[in-house]
Amino acid sequence: MFSAFLDLVPILLVVSFFQLVILQQPFPQFFEIVFGSFLVLLGLMLFIEGLEMGLFPIGESMAYALAKKGSAFWLLLFSFALGFSTTIAEPALIAVSQEAARISADNALIAATEKSRSSYALGLRISVALSVGFAILIGVLRILKGWPLYYLIIGGYILVMLITIIAPNEIIGLAYDVGGVTTSTITVPLVTALGVGLASVIKGRSPLLDGFGLIAFASLLPMIFTMLYGIIIFGI
Amino acid sequence: MSTDFIQDFWYALRETMRDVAPIVILIVGFQIFVLKKSIPNLKKVLLGTILVILGLTLFLMGLEKALFPIGNLMAEQLSQPDFIKKHYPNPDSWLAYYWIYLFAAMIGFSTTIAEPSLIAVAIKANEVSGGTISQWGLRIVVALGVALALVLGTFRIVTGTPLYVYILAGYIIVIIQTVFAPKKIIALAYDSGGVTTSTVTVPIVAALGLGLSSVVPGRNPAIDGFGLIAFASLFPIITVLGYVQIIELINKKTKIKSA
Repeated sequence: MFSAFLDLVPILLVVSFFQLVILQQPFPQFFEIVFGSFLVLLGLMLFIEGLEMGLFPIGESMAYALAKKGSAFWLLLFSFALGFSTTIAEPALIAVSQEAARISADNALIAATEKSRSSYALGLRISVALSVGFAILIGVLRILKGWPLYYLIIGGYILVMLITIIAPNEIIGLAYDVGGVTTSTITVPLVTALGVGLASVIKGRSPLLDGFGLIAFASLLPMIFTMLYGIIIFGI
Repeated sequence: MSTDFIQDFWYALRETMRDVAPIVILIVGFQIFVLKKSIPNLKKVLLGTILVILGLTLFLMGLEKALFPIGNLMAEQLSQPDFIKKHYPNPDSWLAYYWIYLFAAMIGFSTTIAEPSLIAVAIKANEVSGGTISQWGLRIVVALGVALALVLGTFRIVTGTPLYVYILAGYIIVIIQTVFAPKKIIALAYDSGGVTTSTVTVPIVAALGLGLSSVVPGRNPAIDGFGLIAFASLFPIITVLGYVQIIELINKKTKIKSA
């Protein structure tokens, strides 16, 4: 309980400081805020408890079982499906893609009809979900093969830079942001446990050196796919 | 009040379930059809999953009740032209927005400290490194990265410089750091970029970006409002790599001295 409280202290301090000292206004709905903070505290505590009991063991046991099965196909299929399925339904991504469709319609980049907006938003969501699926797949393949992570990531950066040059301006800001939005609070622990589990079960891999890195791909590939989607829809 | 509470609870629970459902279906499907056996310690794992769902639901509810409204309100108030004029004589100068920069830094730091996915990665990193990577150490360094990112990001919105210049410069810094940083830490550093921005940080940061870009003269929210999240996913990589490099430098120096 105390450690969860420590997690929240900085926010409470910052918010109180700005509200009382800088803006010099009383808190609106003081009771709501106290009650809400209590819920956040309780939620965080339960989440961390459940993490160690549920999410980490699931990720690890899936990694062990799939590695033991010895079939790269099922392991890679699982990785892709994990990335794709968690992203396609991600609320933050749905919100962002609808917002992006609205903005594109306002700027007359796509037709301002309901149909063209929703097909644009759906296209965006599918591209991003595909990209996260491939990201986890490539990340797991890297752990299997023992490729050094930095070559792939730096290669990815260079690719992002090159595509930025030809991508339409309107998509760049969105594409850069999308990378950060895709990794949800449930996906991160699961994917991390999967990677670390695989790296500790496969001979010659170090959990620290090879187990991490899946999230990095999941933040990088969506940028590339989103810009490509922009190029396909808007042209260069 | 109590019916409101139950309604909010169901709403938040539905959101969390929608997040969890695809994962559950996938894992159950694989266990039944591909692996053909059940998860070890099934009862404990199930209980853990229920705790995670319940925890996230309450967490989300609390955020919607307490933090998001006041965070949005603050971002709005701090970027009001009246507020800015009151504190700085020349509202056209980028310096006039100094309260925004400070707010961005502090809110970036504090929301990152409370970010559940970062806590998860910090726990795992601590476990895997045999305790050499401290949970709080990693979280503070990542949070400093987000703070720095949001200051630069808000500065960019105020000055209207193009986003890609900053991102490309950031990439070049990361690439140079990668060459010199100890190989062990690289994967974790890269990962810490992606985990910083989820439940807590994204909504407040998005509100800050859109609010600020609609107030600063000459900015278009459609183009300038984006980008803060991109910054927040890039700069923690730089601070984590930088932190490890500094530690290593200090260790080398003390070794030379003691030798």
